Amino acid sequence: MTAYLLKRLIIAALTLVLASMVVFAVMEILPGDPARLMLGLNASADQVEVLRNQMGLNAPLLLRYLHWVAGLLSLDFGRSYTYSVPVIELVRERIAVSLPLALIALALSTIIAIPVGVFSASRQGRAGDTLAMGAAQLGVAVPNFWFALMLIYLFAVWLRLVPAGGFPGWGAGIWTALKSLILPAIALALPQAAILGRVARSALIEVLNEDYIRTARAKGLPYRAVLWRHALRNAMIPVLTILGLQFAFLLAGTIIIENVFYLPGLGRLIFQAITQRDLIVVESIVMLLVAAVILINLLVDFSYAIVDPRLRGRQ
Amino acid sequence: MSLLEIENLSLTIGATPILKGVELTVSPGEVVGLVGESGSGKSMTALTIMQLLPHLARAEGRVAFDGIDILGATEDQMCALRGDDIGMVFQEPMTALNPVKTIGEQVAEGIRWHTKAGRAEAEDRARKILDRVGLPEAKFPLSRYPHELSGGQRQRVVIAIACALKPKLLIADEPTTALDVVLQAQILDLLRDLVRENRMGLLLISHDLAVVTEMADRLTILRHGEVTEAGDTARTLSEQQHPYTRELALASMHVPARPKQHLAGSAKPLLDVEGVSRDYPGRRKSLFRPAEPIRAVDDVSLTIEPAQSVALVGRSGCGKSTLARMILALDKPTAGTIRFRGEAITGKAEAELKPARRDMQVVFQDPYGSFDPRQKVEKLVAEPLHLLEKQPTQAERREMVAHALDEVGLGPRDMDKYPHEFSGGQRQRLSIARAIITRPKLVVADEPVSALDVSIRAQILDLFAELNQKLGIAYLFITHDLTVARAMADEVLVMHEGKIVERGRTADVLDHPRSDAAQALVAAAPDLHRAIARKMQEQG
Repeated sequence: MTAYLLKRLIIAALTLVLASMVVFAVMEILPGDPARLMLGLNASADQVEVLRNQMGLNAPLLLRYLHWVAGLLSLDFGRSYTYSVPVIELVRERIAVSLPLALIALALSTIIAIPVGVFSASRQGRAGDTLAMGAAQLGVAVPNFWFALMLIYLFAVWLRLVPAGGFPGWGAGIWTALKSLILPAIALALPQAAILGRVARSALIEVLNEDYIRTARAKGLPYRAVLWRHALRNAMIPVLTILGLQFAFLLAGTIIIENVFYLPGLGRLIFQAITQRDLIVVESIVMLLVAAVILINLLVDFSYAIVDPRLRGRQ
Repeated sequence: MSLLEIENLSLTIGATPILKGVELTVSPGEVVGLVGESGSGKSMTALTIMQLLPHLARAEGRVAFDGIDILGATEDQMCALRGDDIGMVFQEPMTALNPVKTIGEQVAEGIRWHTKAGRAEAEDRARKILDRVGLPEAKFPLSRYPHELSGGQRQRVVIAIACALKPKLLIADEPTTALDVVLQAQILDLLRDLVRENRMGLLLISHDLAVVTEMADRLTILRHGEVTEAGDTARTLSEQQHPYTRELALASMHVPARPKQHLAGSAKPLLDVEGVSRDYPGRRKSLFRPAEPIRAVDDVSLTIEPAQSVALVGRSGCGKSTLARMILALDKPTAGTIRFRGEAITGKAEAELKPARRDMQVVFQDPYGSFDPRQKVEKLVAEPLHLLEKQPTQAERREMVAHALDEVGLGPRDMDKYPHEFSGGQRQRLSIARAIITRPKLVVADEPVSALDVSIRAQILDLFAELNQKLGIAYLFITHDLTVARAMADEVLVMHEGKIVERGRTADVLDHPRSDAAQALVAAAPDLHRAIARKMQEQG
């Protein structure tokens, strides 16, 4: 067991290092001089050169990379070119919106997808299955921002249950803050749930044809008990894989959804930073997102070992 | 009164009739054998009794168990019967257990469900039945997972699940078909003991007449969903009143005619295996010590002469398939050399192996798995032709395929068909056609008939014998089935734990085995002659 976990941990760490190199390299290749950007078009070449030296932009490549990584590790992401505040402060505020949003969406998509998958698989080919999978097909096909707009129209404009956008901050009370996250979370979760539900259904159908399901039935367990006790856990492995892969799409989705709902999250921040060529902010957020995706997939790898004893090796 | 009474049972799935007027009874403490070839409806009869039939299946007639009308029972009533009064054991032990649950959970589950016992009490009872089926606590604690057990051990767990609540009837559907003969004998002994201890009725389903004869008091023979003959085992098999019974018995004991026997030492060896070993990386026990390798094949030497037929027999896991893969140059030995027609094939590059591959072909066990379903027979059978020095033209190619098909008893028309259009036996003919199309000197056949019904099996053995006699092809048969060795081989090699422990003329080895491993194999191998003789004594 420990050998498996250790191996996964090492692979995750290596991936992170490799990703940091790629992110750094891409930022180096991109045109645009941050120093000139900060000083404006009227600055003289001398002024730009002085600032470049101050910002350490003239140091050798490797040194700058190591400096950058050391900064990341000590949570010193540098200063934003446009806002002139430490990037970490910008990120800290925004992550308090985006992280709960992504986690709620992830939880919601799982909570919707698994029962739908079980429902469909146990009624394979019947009306309920066809209906559920039709809905899932729709969920996969329709973009999440359109869902977002429909949700706003229905729950915010028409029923007036929740605000149509904006975020009051966690200081306004947990319930108030959550209320403004619930619609964006649903909009993010629905397309993910549709994909996950289909995966859960097909994984379950495959498992239900296995010999050990027949063995469980021959024990006298009713079909429902066999489905939940024997089939579901075996079907979890492909579901977990897709869950981990989807997390990256979920994060990408937040960029669009945060703009639709006017949420002050990481997604909006990165969007603004890109348009303003605030490269150091872009770099930092991209690294954060990469780290989040790698972390989630590491957790998925760990949960494989919980679900499947064959991965744990001999005790 | 009988425990199980089946009267005039008919079954259809969709529009296809599966069973037609089947009659069968099982009394307490009685072993009834249900024999038939694949597709005869044996398993469907079992699933009807369990009411675990596929969708669209419709059963008519009467099935009564212990006074309960099974065909009219509700699902709740059936759930109460299954696993409590009726247990069932299946063919494939490797996949019959849930891989993510411990064996303790899986045995205790049925006990808890039926008796409403608490966890501790159910685990206690699970422990007792696991002890009973030969899985003692010291080596097999309840916390073991299925993947930590071998096939035979897993089948014991499945039997423990089925017998945990002392059922009145046990249905065993090909319980030993996937196991080697020694394990088979152990499992059959266990079933026999359980019948005696609990006065349990046993419905034993098998395609293997010898196994059923050893076990059953009465037998029922099924063909195309109809009972052809039923009665006491000894009388049915000694009198063989129905022609189909005679056909089955003859096919089970079939020995193909091979007038030209090959005597060893008469020629230079075609294949010469010298001191070959193969190690596999073992499991690491500590992070800091390298893993100890597992030796699958251990210093094996053997020779095969042209036109000689040799059988390599041994229990599953003894290393015989690994050895075959190395002979076929599909795997590299850790040590030793393999020479084919005097030339070493070990350590050669793929391109240099071409001439050797042309003269050495293979036939696998599973005729279903060894063909690409999307390609036509012409292309499939012609596959090895790319090994020829001069590539044949399209017309020559078709000619050669037609000739090969003719040699294995198929027609030139079959060239344009797809594999799914053939039966299991015909598919095995196709793989033999593919093997002989390059006119090889040696064919390695890995369990070539063990997936086939007895009558088909007899035909395929005849075909192998004929090709050996006519074309002078040498064979290496890899098998755990001694009847194949007896029918086909001039010489037998017995392999045990990676080593060849005995070699000699077929009759010498099989009639007077000297090594422990060979003696165990011979003692465990079911033999129809012997079984009938014993039943005659028992039943008078």
